[in-house]
Amino acid sequence: MSHEKSWREIAPAGVCFKSSLTFLTGDWKTYMPIRDREKCTLCLLCVLYCPDAAINWHPDKQNIEFDYNYCKGCGICANECPTKAITMKLPEE
Amino acid sequence: MKKVNSHVLALNGDEAVAYAVKQSDVDVVAAYPITPQTIIVERFSEYVANGEVQTEFVCTESEHSALAACLAASLTGARAFTASASAGLALMHEMLFVTSGCRAPVVMAIANRALSAPLNIHGDQSDTMAQRDSGWIQLYAENVQETYDTVIQAFRIAEDTDVLLPTIVGLDGFTLSHTLENVRVLPDEAVRAFVGTRKFIEVLTHEDKTAPFRLDPDYPMTMGPIALPNYYFEFKRQQEEAMSQALTTIRRINAEYSQLTGRSYGDGLVEAYRLEDAEVAVVCLGSTAGTVKAVIDALRLEDVKAGLLRIRAFRPFPVEQVRKLLQNMKAVAVMDKSLSFGGNGGAVYHETRHALYDADAHPRIVNYIYGLGGRDVSPGEIRQVYNDLQNVARGQLAEKSVRYLGLRE
Repeated sequence: MSHEKSWREIAPAGVCFKSSLTFLTGDWKTYMPIRDREKCTLCLLCVLYCPDAAINWHPDKQNIEFDYNYCKGCGICANECPTKAITMKLPEE
Repeated sequence: MKKVNSHVLALNGDEAVAYAVKQSDVDVVAAYPITPQTIIVERFSEYVANGEVQTEFVCTESEHSALAACLAASLTGARAFTASASAGLALMHEMLFVTSGCRAPVVMAIANRALSAPLNIHGDQSDTMAQRDSGWIQLYAENVQETYDTVIQAFRIAEDTDVLLPTIVGLDGFTLSHTLENVRVLPDEAVRAFVGTRKFIEVLTHEDKTAPFRLDPDYPMTMGPIALPNYYFEFKRQQEEAMSQALTTIRRINAEYSQLTGRSYGDGLVEAYRLEDAEVAVVCLGSTAGTVKAVIDALRLEDVKAGLLRIRAFRPFPVEQVRKLLQNMKAVAVMDKSLSFGGNGGAVYHETRHALYDADAHPRIVNYIYGLGGRDVSPGEIRQVYNDLQNVARGQLAEKSVRYLGLRE
């Protein structure tokens, strides 16, 4: 664990002194979304539904990518996917 | 500071609050009406309608929203004010903690009123006493003049960069809120100069930049987000430190205000009345102190060594002053206009007694619960308290240290 500051060292009111980008919430997840490229139509609904903006659309590659550093494994993408291209799996599966 | 000329207006307590807010260059007032506070925002809305102030006036759908609006405004750097009482303050309960936790120096006048049930619109201090752990500074005024003066001081105290705590100014419902007094008011420019503009501490943001502690799109900042068990405790400790700082700031602002007006209220935290040579003392908050002072003057003519300690700042509680001023008394009666059910007495009693535990000497100390639901307390009853105290001082301890004044047994 990194050094945790004393109450004298931090700003009041819980002002964030670190960017949330450094806080990798992806390790909260149990299940991770896995996409079947065959079924995916790149409709991008999952990109819109993801509450953590953890599914990125890359127009240059004409493809999407899950950012597992921030995906909490909520499964909303799998639930919303109209072609059932996303399934939630344990990492060892 | 040069003393300024003041002129006299006939104002009730609520009007005096509105007048002080009008003069204090307030940016945002958000409020919801409730008796006996209503006149404050009624008057203030007239100032807005007449173009006498440039304040953004927000009519909200509840007190919870009123304080939420004041909090948000305050976090952007605005000076924000609201007023409430009783059930209204109770509905704000959640937001009280958010406001103090966000270190937003909102000022709020509370026309102290009883809580339901049974429904009662009259004055007691149950509403603010129930919020004593919410992280707000609490100042209680004795009369309408002090109400006016304290509202002006409250902006300076709350916004002091060593403090940054929201502040309640309590005025007894009806006894002060609806009672007309001659009030010396300062010229607008004198108040504006006294309150000044808000200053901001510099904080380190998540972008590793130093920025003024306020919400500003040019310096993005997150306030009051989640703090998990590894940090929450540290933020609470900071709030306690701010309360300790407030003990100094309240005294300093009282002294500064005195230079400007010639009026001061004890040291700002407590006011001792004929206490130096007293043997028996009453401790109370708010308007009751006026009645007690009159009774003391009469008792002194009868050679009773009676005195008063009026607590002006209940939060932060001035432990050292209370201890120092009371430890040499023979007997002390603490008067509570609220009751902590099952807590063996009222809050002022608990804290006064607590302050005396570490004292060199220990006066005998009793509690009087009085005035609940606006029941009047008469000079005769205060005299009875002093009579009781003389017996207590002589060692005649009544079986019960918590008593009820003016209650039918």
